[in-house]
Amino acid sequence: MNWTKRAQETLRRELPYEDLLPAELPAYVHSYVYYFGVATLASFVVLVASGVVLVSFGPQWWHVSGIGHFFNSLHFWTVQIFFFAMVLHLWAQFFMAAWRDGRQWTWVIGVLLFLISVPTALTGFLSQQNFDSQWIAVQGKDAMNALGVGGFFNLLNFGQMYSFHIVILPLVLGILIGLHVLMVRWHGVVRPIDDPPQPGKGGRRK
Amino acid sequence: MSDRQRRYYRGISMKPDDLLKELVWALVIVLGLGLILAAVFSSPDEPALTAQRVAKAEPSVLAGTALRALAGQSAIAEYGPPYNNQPGAAQSIGGFSPQTWAGVQIPINAPKAFVLRPLASAAALSPNLKTALLTYEAAPRSEQQVWVGAALKVLPKARYDAAGVVLPKGDYGPLPTMLDGYFQLAKSGLLEAAINQSGSVYQTDFTQALLLLQGQAMADAATPLHMLGAQWGMMREPDNYPGAVWLWLYTALYQVPPYSTSSSADLLVGLTISALSLILLLVPFIPGLRDIPRVSGIHRLIWRRPKER
Repeated sequence: MNWTKRAQETLRRELPYEDLLPAELPAYVHSYVYYFGVATLASFVVLVASGVVLVSFGPQWWHVSGIGHFFNSLHFWTVQIFFFAMVLHLWAQFFMAAWRDGRQWTWVIGVLLFLISVPTALTGFLSQQNFDSQWIAVQGKDAMNALGVGGFFNLLNFGQMYSFHIVILPLVLGILIGLHVLMVRWHGVVRPIDDPPQPGKGGRRK
Repeated sequence: MSDRQRRYYRGISMKPDDLLKELVWALVIVLGLGLILAAVFSSPDEPALTAQRVAKAEPSVLAGTALRALAGQSAIAEYGPPYNNQPGAAQSIGGFSPQTWAGVQIPINAPKAFVLRPLASAAALSPNLKTALLTYEAAPRSEQQVWVGAALKVLPKARYDAAGVVLPKGDYGPLPTMLDGYFQLAKSGLLEAAINQSGSVYQTDFTQALLLLQGQAMADAATPLHMLGAQWGMMREPDNYPGAVWLWLYTALYQVPPYSTSSSADLLVGLTISALSLILLLVPFIPGLRDIPRVSGIHRLIWRRPKER
């Protein structure tokens, strides 16, 4: 069996370019509610880009450079935009019951993205090397220790938190975002609750 | 469009769309908004609290921290895992205590880590301090505790001068010399480095130095910044900047009973948030919960023309 050929055939059948990058979508998608997801994705891209600049000059650069402080400010405010857009996206998808018609794992990965974004932001606050980091570390350690993970995920260990923030967690987020978007495109956006697919016409019902 | 999607959207009217253009516009708008917010509001950068600052601004706090560490009464000495095996210290709910499961992962001997080892580093430069330290360490534990107890008792009456701490007359053994050395070390800005010493040029773990000031010193610094736990500090930043507002529920739980009154509040809050996160994750599989959107009718605000063809 030729694995490459089989992958080609599966992709051609299951995820053709017309589904991956459709030039037309259901008319009801033309609503502002559908922009929160793409706004979250755009914020992630800006966060990675501004983060790469900050990381390139080292964790202390932004304390001593005006340009560094500006990039830190851009990173700081984009985090707020990222979470704002993501929470609106999450609530919108909840009230649309967007897990219907076989989309339950798209929802699960979306919630995982939200849950993993929280420690990603936390490790960012801990990487600032100022009073904020210091205070959050000594306060936050109690919850980690009480849950039994403080010895392995030590908020007071700068090297560990910095590594998690700039490599491990963004990588996990990036992979899950890619998977989430692929699943959204594979299924297509869900139909309105009051207008479900009719049994026998090919639509899957839960 | 694949046959699968064509079948799914049967009866739905389609409109031309351009996802890539939307993504580029979203990037431009988010970047523009971020740049404007960064230019107008900047971002907070409150300098880290240092032992040097505490020694000058709140000397009684630093002296108390050092003496309590020697007395074995510091918060870390009484903390339990992952720092030590202090009996009964771990948070627990009805015998359920994950804090004890992994044991001591980051062993910290508070008197040595916070006071004796840093002083030993400085003693190489001060014969008086070296003699005092040798005297202290050669004394029986009971005598050490008598000296430390006596010093702690009179600490509220102590004065602080350029040399360090001036205790009222009494028998404190070598402690006055040790406290003076400790203050000199702190004022020079070398105390944290002496605590963190790793035996290597390189260092990225500041656990022990951060734990030194974690009690009253940091709380006093956090209070005017409105960052105490009771001030919803976990989701706040200095100078009223927005912080981790997504932690509002986590922070809110700490403000209400039984969380606010429990000695195992961190465990209780952690377990509650974990359970709620799991429920949110599994909404599609939970009957009743997954029906809320349909029953609430809020979806009609989003799909105002569901029958459009």
